[in-house]
Amino acid sequence: MTQESVAVELRGIGKRFPGVIANHDVDLTIRVGTVHALIGENGAGKSTLMKILYGVQKPDDGTITINGHAVVLKTPTDAIENGVGMVFQHFMLADNLTVLENMVLGAEKLHGIGDAARTEIARISDRFGFGLEPDVLVEKLGVADRQRLEIAKVLYRGARIIILDEPTAVLVPQEVDALFANLRELKDAGNSILFISHKLDEVLDISDDITVMRRGTTVGTADPRTTTKLQLAELMVGSELPSPETEESTVTDTVQLTLDDVSLADEFGRNLLTSISLQIRRGEVLGIAGVEGNGQAELVETIMGMRIPDTGRILLGTEDVTNWHTRELREAGIGYIPEDRHRHGLLLDAPLWENRILGHQTQAPNAKGPWINRSGARKDTDRIMAEYDVRAPGIDTPARALSGGNQQKLIVGREMSGDPVLLIASHPTRGVDVGAQSAIWDHIKRARRAGLAVLLISADLDELIGLSDTIQVILRGRLVGSFEPATVTPQDLGSAMTGGAAA
Amino acid sequence: MRTFNLKAIGLSLVAPAIAIVVSLLVTTLVIAAVGSSPSDFWSTMFEVPKPRSRIDIINQTGMIYIAAVAAAIGFRMGLFNIGLEGQYTLASYAAAAFAGGAYLSGFANVAVTLLIAIAVGAAWSGIAGVLRTTRGVSEVISTIMLNSIAITLVGYLLNRYGVHEGNTVRTTKIDLVTGFSPYEDRDGQIWTLTIIAVLVGVGFWLLLNKTRFGFDLRASGQSDSVAKASGVNPTRMIITAMALSGGIAGLIWMPALFGKASSFGLGTSFQAGLGFLGIAVALLGRNRPLGMLFGAVLFAFLSVKSNDLTFATDVSPSIVQITQGVAVLAVVIAYEVVRRWRAQLEQRAVGQDLVTATEAPA
Repeated sequence: MTQESVAVELRGIGKRFPGVIANHDVDLTIRVGTVHALIGENGAGKSTLMKILYGVQKPDDGTITINGHAVVLKTPTDAIENGVGMVFQHFMLADNLTVLENMVLGAEKLHGIGDAARTEIARISDRFGFGLEPDVLVEKLGVADRQRLEIAKVLYRGARIIILDEPTAVLVPQEVDALFANLRELKDAGNSILFISHKLDEVLDISDDITVMRRGTTVGTADPRTTTKLQLAELMVGSELPSPETEESTVTDTVQLTLDDVSLADEFGRNLLTSISLQIRRGEVLGIAGVEGNGQAELVETIMGMRIPDTGRILLGTEDVTNWHTRELREAGIGYIPEDRHRHGLLLDAPLWENRILGHQTQAPNAKGPWINRSGARKDTDRIMAEYDVRAPGIDTPARALSGGNQQKLIVGREMSGDPVLLIASHPTRGVDVGAQSAIWDHIKRARRAGLAVLLISADLDELIGLSDTIQVILRGRLVGSFEPATVTPQDLGSAMTGGAAA
Repeated sequence: MRTFNLKAIGLSLVAPAIAIVVSLLVTTLVIAAVGSSPSDFWSTMFEVPKPRSRIDIINQTGMIYIAAVAAAIGFRMGLFNIGLEGQYTLASYAAAAFAGGAYLSGFANVAVTLLIAIAVGAAWSGIAGVLRTTRGVSEVISTIMLNSIAITLVGYLLNRYGVHEGNTVRTTKIDLVTGFSPYEDRDGQIWTLTIIAVLVGVGFWLLLNKTRFGFDLRASGQSDSVAKASGVNPTRMIITAMALSGGIAGLIWMPALFGKASSFGLGTSFQAGLGFLGIAVALLGRNRPLGMLFGAVLFAFLSVKSNDLTFATDVSPSIVQITQGVAVLAVVIAYEVVRRWRAQLEQRAVGQDLVTATEAPA
């Protein structure tokens, strides 16, 4: 491989955030005129790597070489100047402007905003078969058209290396085919594409090279012509699974949570959850495995009353809680460790003792009738900090000042308070250090022995296998397989999670 | 903890101090630019107010403060109730019309009139709340429109049912409630119902800091998604907060009605503009009970003292509107600058932690 044929070369890229190592020792080589797929589970470090290549984040270590020149990308502007463009999963378009206006917005210097721009747009559109109509308002465009516009925008700005962040996640199958046709045109014209996905069929279909990431680093490359989906799945998930700890089963006969044929659709009528049925008994941990974005978040939000299912029933114990709202469910004894503690779990600028109240505003010791029981909440925060080893200067410290692990320990302590009957734990140890992780696991195990029913959603197989009594796999909003932690193999899980071979 | 608190208080005073200095500077420059004497202006403005002015300042402070609290309730949960003006205009009219009807007498009349003011204000702002939750209409837009509708509506009702007197029209006159005269009688009275401002201020503090509802309100203001996950019903919260804000707004002009005006007349006895002043003061006081009290006193002082300008200088009294405007603008900017500066300090601290944390095991 000569130097000229390499469009992008990343060597030894590392990036650390407080309490997390997002990337380390990442190596990636994209050849000119190819589609290079980057695959890996969510949390594997793909997003961070993309942001580094697009100049949004600065790497702590490593080198970036573009077309043979070492570059330092401090901002997306630098990236664009070096011919790197990115299409985000969430489109960055102004709905109330036309296609032309969106195209030239921020790039007025290139071809002006008049006829020259129009000509250039027509040229790009014709060349790659985008079918853009410059004077249509973007709000009139469908998802696939918007995506084509986003790709065209990147080309308009002179990009020759295009990063596509899960471009197919928002498309229906026919649209995916159309996109792939566009991508082949782009590639034939000498552009290089970094294609991020975790849909293995598509990756094998479109890509020329594949790089797999796991736990923040690149763990291997694969040749799509000779690799099977199963092999890819194994690379993504990792070939060694931890053996479950031989702990006595504490599963009882009392059913604590029942979902009966629950379905949920989004505002366009597409199913987010389809016919989900499950049961969790007291003392049981039910683990949900799956590649992220397959309905886990919606499942949790439905159980927590933040969304109301379109069909089906949810029972807590024997009570029908299908139409209950979050507060009633919390009062009924559901603890909730959210996936994203900043978006759902903590008031970052509020002191710890106020965060102790959050989600339990109506319950002792935080409230007395309509009043907040300040001293009760403060005293209980002290208790949580001691019992759950939350390290912070004091209960008046704002939550923002704590490390991720300590924030999470506070949430776990809070949600375990008041003897919950059911715990919904969504990625309970994501982004926390090893010490906090094992402490949180111990707390969950202890609560399970005491008869707590737990729904555990995790992308971490150590966690799922180590804690669960049963593992169910979710794929495109359906439960597609049930496994015993003691006997499950990585192949089983990998293929079920990615819709690989017949499971 | 003690030092932390002192530091926090210090930091929170930096921004308003900068804002006041900037607004004084800008006012001085404007006066100089139009060729008047800034020193005349400032010596008149900063002259110790006469007893009559002192009483005016207290009365105005009360009304502005009520308006500020009404705005702050919305702000604290992330709602911009820009419709205070319409809410209190309509509520004031309804209240004055009811009181003028003299269906009840004495204390009962006053009490029920106040309840009507609250109810009308709450209903009017509640429209915006319902529009927001059912149709997704931004409360900023709907309340601005409701302002116009309220004023037109009041004009119509007044014309139709009011007492015509020469060129003016007003509601039926009511008996005033005797106020408190700290000085001689000719200096005027502190209106009895200014006590509403005190109650509203204390109530606001209690509600926000001591009740579950206040906790939910603040949580919603800090993060929608966190509040929802904690069990706050966003729909109910928006409607309640909007109605509460409008209900308080309904009370804004009540001290004046029973203290001095005795009837409602557009462009005559009714004092318009307090709603917008309230929004400005809420911004100035950062929606905190004490901060807004300070802001209300400052604004009332500037407004009342500006009347003296006509006699003592050739500067127009409306110059203080520039001072007020710049103060609000400057305080918003100064707070943002201070906030970013603090965020940067925090970031740096975290960054240092990170370096030590990652280097330690290596």
